[in-house]
Amino acid sequence: MARTDHDPKVRRWGRKPSGIRGNEGTAGWIFVTPMIVILGLFLAIPVVMAFWVSLTSWQGNTNPFSSAVPFVGVENYTDLFAKDSLTRSTFMQSIGNTFYYVLLVVPLQTALALGLALLVNNKMLKAKGFFRTAFYFPSVTSSIAIATVFLFLFSNTGAVNAFLKFFHIDGPSWFSDSRGLLHLIFGAFGVDNPGWAQTEILGRSLWDWLAGPSVALCVIIILVVWTTSGTFMLMFIAALQDLPVEVDEAAALDGTSGWQKLRYVTIPMIKPALFLVITLGLIGTWQVFDQIYVMGKGSPAGTTLTPAYLSYQQSFGNFQFGSGSAMAFVVFVIIVILTRLQRWVLTDKDERKPFLGIGGNK
Amino acid sequence: MIQRRNPVKTIILYVLLLAFAVLFIYPFFIQIATSFKTDPDAASNPLSLIPNPFDLHAWQQIFGQTGDTAVPIVTWLKNSVVITVVVTIARVFLDSLAGYALSRLHFRGRGMVFASVLAVMSVPGVALLIPKFLMVNYLGIYDTYTAMILPLIVDAAGVFIMKQFFDSVPISIEEAARMDGASIFRTFWSIVLPMARPALITLTILSFQGSWNEFSHFLVVTRGTPDHMTLVTGLASMTSGQLGAGTQYPLKLGTALLTTIPVAILFFALQRYFVRGASEGGVKG
Repeated sequence: MARTDHDPKVRRWGRKPSGIRGNEGTAGWIFVTPMIVILGLFLAIPVVMAFWVSLTSWQGNTNPFSSAVPFVGVENYTDLFAKDSLTRSTFMQSIGNTFYYVLLVVPLQTALALGLALLVNNKMLKAKGFFRTAFYFPSVTSSIAIATVFLFLFSNTGAVNAFLKFFHIDGPSWFSDSRGLLHLIFGAFGVDNPGWAQTEILGRSLWDWLAGPSVALCVIIILVVWTTSGTFMLMFIAALQDLPVEVDEAAALDGTSGWQKLRYVTIPMIKPALFLVITLGLIGTWQVFDQIYVMGKGSPAGTTLTPAYLSYQQSFGNFQFGSGSAMAFVVFVIIVILTRLQRWVLTDKDERKPFLGIGGNK
Repeated sequence: MIQRRNPVKTIILYVLLLAFAVLFIYPFFIQIATSFKTDPDAASNPLSLIPNPFDLHAWQQIFGQTGDTAVPIVTWLKNSVVITVVVTIARVFLDSLAGYALSRLHFRGRGMVFASVLAVMSVPGVALLIPKFLMVNYLGIYDTYTAMILPLIVDAAGVFIMKQFFDSVPISIEEAARMDGASIFRTFWSIVLPMARPALITLTILSFQGSWNEFSHFLVVTRGTPDHMTLVTGLASMTSGQLGAGTQYPLKLGTALLTTIPVAILFFALQRYFVRGASEGGVKG
């Protein structure tokens, strides 16, 4: 971008044999060398190494690249989907968990962030700064520290259950409750593991797939929504502040209600920010790891397992690095597909400025 | 949303906001209060903000005053401080060096290098855990401070932020300096960097916060013995029950508080830069 602005000058200086841009070529490469070395050594090359490992059955001993390590081709990948095994059923369970997790976290955090942004951005509000700070603060703290606090809040004798007691409700023991939310709802209607739900899909019964997030996973969902909304709120506030005042006034003159204005004026106009928030949400939720590590490592009954954590556990716990790497690459592909899909869905009708998410908003 | 002065709507607005503010802030107050409680008090009065009795045992444990060495939190704190300081300084310097080159210096292959930075940025962190371990293992630096620090001293997102910043400032002052015969590095160091203060502060915050709160990277490049733990990894192992700390909520919440404090101080001191960072570096995994 900046380059085209200055291009005439560049050429002018460039023509002089010993112009002030004479040694820019060397300096440029020297300046970027540390970056290339570090990113190459610890990002680019290792990803290739891991892909190689995902095609082997390396178990963490000796050198993964020696000829002694059996090459198994795509077996680690096909095993995840096609071979009836504990690995497949655990992996599928983690996919199922994450599906419900994403399905709840992304809409909830987006809606909460937008709601808070609209409230904080109100022209008549005093103490804007205070509220913005309060909502944003959880986002900047360590995920591990926050998870520790939530473990206490939701423990059997914790603050949440103490609060529920005011209303004479006996809170569940959150972190050991593996009952699925949808199962609980089915149960309320007297449906419990009926015949039609026995069909097996990818090594799990339909009934298991329909479990919904477990009570324990719901706590993690609440935690994540609570910690990420603040950041996304700031992105929405930035977008709202960029809206021209005239739009507001025109809408007011036309006598639109607050809801109509939000639905037909505000939201369409902040679509790029909405796009960014949903994309970052999708990318982030599929990678949830820290909270899972601290809040039970998959227990109770594997209902908080996620592919990201499972990939770690399979590699560093069970020393099945091949299979663990394969899982990581599957998650990688899922994330790429989802963001592409979401970009396609959101930009289809929106010809104004497609793809503002990465290029324009920064 | 809410139109001209309507008192009922204004009250609803404030009530809503206050309710949310309590929801977002109260857990931190509980955290502070609980760190001064005794174990039984923490369990029986989890909502109360007043420790009864007021008890410093958890903090004495944290600072190693009780003679039990099961949780060497002071060591973790030291590791956290050293790693964060080294990573932040190195990262701010190297990111702005690369960002400057990508924005200003014309060298062959620049477009390709920048495209690679963008590509690297889009790799999700979760796909990097095993790769990082493989490389660290391969280089023979597993379970060392080098392995903890070196991979963190450059981050693609920071380079991107700096490049965007340099793209947005006029080039004329630098050119004047260069005409006067200053070398490229000299111009960068004494003319460009001082002008880039806002971006540098944003980057410093992001780097500090990122490396202080870092978890999964340290998890895969060290063996998990206490001498290579940071506050965050130490707290994680304590919370997930590996160090046999039992429930001991005052101790855990105190350690969590100690983990939160430095970032909190930075946050309240430099809030507007945090806000900028959040909207610029929306790439945190």
